[in-house]
Amino acid sequence: MPAPPPNRAKHAHRTSRLVNIGIPYLWLGLFFLLPFAIVLQISLAEPALAQPPYTALWQWVDEGLLRIEINLRNFMMVAEDDLYLSALLNSLQVAFICTLLCLLLGYPMAYAIATAPERWRIILLMLIVLPFWTSFLIRVYAWIGILKSNGLLNDLLIWLGLIDTPLAILHTNTAIYIGVVYSYLPFMILPLYANLTRLDLSLLEAAADLGCRPMRAFLRVTLPLSMAGIVAGSMLVFIPVVGEFVIPDLLGGPESLMVGKLLWTEFFSNKDWPLASALAILLLALLVVPFVMMQRLQQRMEGSRP
Amino acid sequence: MRRRRWPLLTVLAFGYAFLYVPILLLIIYSFNESRLVTVWTGFSTKWYVELFRNQQLLDAAWLSVRIAAVNATLAVVLGTLAANALVRHRHFRGRTGFELLLTAPLVMPDVIIGLSLLLLFVAMQHTIGWPDGRGFTTITIAHVTFSMAYVAVVVRARLSQMDRSLEEAAMDLGARPLRVYLTITLPLIAPALLSGWLLAFTLSLDDLVIASFVAGPGSTTLPMVIYSSVRMGVSPQINALATIIVAVVTLAVVIAGISMRRGPEAR
Repeated sequence: MPAPPPNRAKHAHRTSRLVNIGIPYLWLGLFFLLPFAIVLQISLAEPALAQPPYTALWQWVDEGLLRIEINLRNFMMVAEDDLYLSALLNSLQVAFICTLLCLLLGYPMAYAIATAPERWRIILLMLIVLPFWTSFLIRVYAWIGILKSNGLLNDLLIWLGLIDTPLAILHTNTAIYIGVVYSYLPFMILPLYANLTRLDLSLLEAAADLGCRPMRAFLRVTLPLSMAGIVAGSMLVFIPVVGEFVIPDLLGGPESLMVGKLLWTEFFSNKDWPLASALAILLLALLVVPFVMMQRLQQRMEGSRP
Repeated sequence: MRRRRWPLLTVLAFGYAFLYVPILLLIIYSFNESRLVTVWTGFSTKWYVELFRNQQLLDAAWLSVRIAAVNATLAVVLGTLAANALVRHRHFRGRTGFELLLTAPLVMPDVIIGLSLLLLFVAMQHTIGWPDGRGFTTITIAHVTFSMAYVAVVVRARLSQMDRSLEEAAMDLGARPLRVYLTITLPLIAPALLSGWLLAFTLSLDDLVIASFVAGPGSTTLPMVIYSSVRMGVSPQINALATIIVAVVTLAVVIAGISMRRGPEAR
C-alpha cells in the first residue's frame, strides 16, 4: 500500500493546522478583538477638536517621561445623567420582554412544525426562514405604514367598530416589541425546532401509557428536555436586541430610548467619540454574562453529541 | 394527542400571518397610485418607473452588490478554514478562544462592531497610513468579519456530518492531503459553501449600521439610501424596491428547492 511517508503526512498535517487555525485567528484577532482594546482606550480619552476627535491617552514628554492621562469623564457622565442609565435599563427591559414574547409565540410554532408530517416540515421551515432573506430594514419599514395613527391597523380597527379614535402605537415601546418579535422570531424558532426534532417521542408515549395527562406530560417531560433550545433561542434574541438600533430608531419614540440609538446619536450627531466608546464598553459589560451562558451551553451540547 | 392539535395549529397560522401580512401589504401598496402609502387610489406602476430613474439609488445598489460579492467570497474562504480547524483539528491550544471569537460576531450588537472597527481603521490610518480613507475596502473588511462566523456555522455542520470513507480511500491510495481536500472534500461540502456564500451575500446587502460607521463620504450603500428615505417618511418607491427584492428571493428559493428535489443525493 503506497501510503505517504509518515513525515510527509505529518508535515502536511502541520501545514493544514497552521493555515486552518492561523488565518481565521489572525483575521478575527486583528478585526474583532483588537478593536475592543481601542474602544476601551478611547473611552478613557476626552473629546477634542482634532483629527481624530479625541485626546491621546499617552504622550512622550521629552527625557523619557511618559505621561498617561486616564480620563473617567465619560463614565462619570453616564453615571450622573439619568438619561444614560434609563436608556440602559430600558434596553434590558425591552430585550427581556421581547425574548419572552418570541418564546411564547415561537415555542408553539416550533413544536407544531416539529410534530408536523415529514413532507410538510421542510416547507413550513422554509416559510420561517424566507422573510430573513428579504431586507431587514424594509421589513421594519413595513410596520410604520401599519402602526401609524392613520395607518392600516387603525383603519381596520375603526372599520370593525372596535375603537373610535386611532390608537397611538407608533413611537411607543409597544411598536418596538412588535418590530423586534417580527424580526427576531426566526432566531427563536430555528434552535427550538432543531432541539424538538431530536426529542425522543417515545418518552411522551410512555408518559401517556402510564396515564399522564398531555399537559402534565408536556410540563414534566417535553419542557425540561427542550431547555437547551429555549436558552439558545433566547440568547440569540436577547443579546442583539439589547443593542438594537434600527427598530427603536424607526418605530420607537422619545420615551423609548435604547442604548444602541443613544450610542449612534452620541457618535453621529454629537461627534463625541469617547462618550460613544464608553457606552459601547458598558453595553459590552452587560452582555458578557448572557454571552458566557450561551457559550457554555453550546460547548456542553457539543460534548453530548455522538 | 391528535385531537388536541387545533390550538397549536391556530398559533401556527397566526404566526405565519404575522410574518407575511406586512410583506403582502408592502407589495400591494407598491402598485398604489397615491403617494400616501395607506390610501388606495388606483393601480399604477409609476413607482417602479421612478425607482429605475433614481440614479442615486441605482449607484448605491451597484456598490452594495459589489461589496456583497467580494465579502461573500472572502467570508466563504475564511469561514471554511475556521470550520476545518474546528472539525478536523479537535484539540489545539487556544481552541476555546477560537470558538469564542467565532461565536461572538453572531450575537454582537451592530453598533459595537461598527464603532470598534471604525476606531481601529482611524487608529491604523493614523499610525501606518493604511487604510487610506474609508469606503469599499473598509466596509468589505467589516462585513467579512461578521459574515465569516455565519459561514463557519453552516460549513461546520456539513463537515461534521460528512462521510469520511471516500477521503480515507484516497489517502490509502497515496493522494496528498491537499489534493484529497480539493478533489474530494470540497465537492462534497459544495452545497454548504453555496448556502454560506448566499447567506454572507445577503447579510452584507442588508447591513445598515456597521456600514454607516465604517463608510466614508462618497461610499453610500443601498441600506443607507433606504434608511435616509425612510426617515423622511414613507415612500412608495421603497415599496416597489421591497417587491423586487421579495420577487428575487422567492424565485431563488423556488429554484433552489427544485434543484434540491431533483438531486436528493446532493443533500
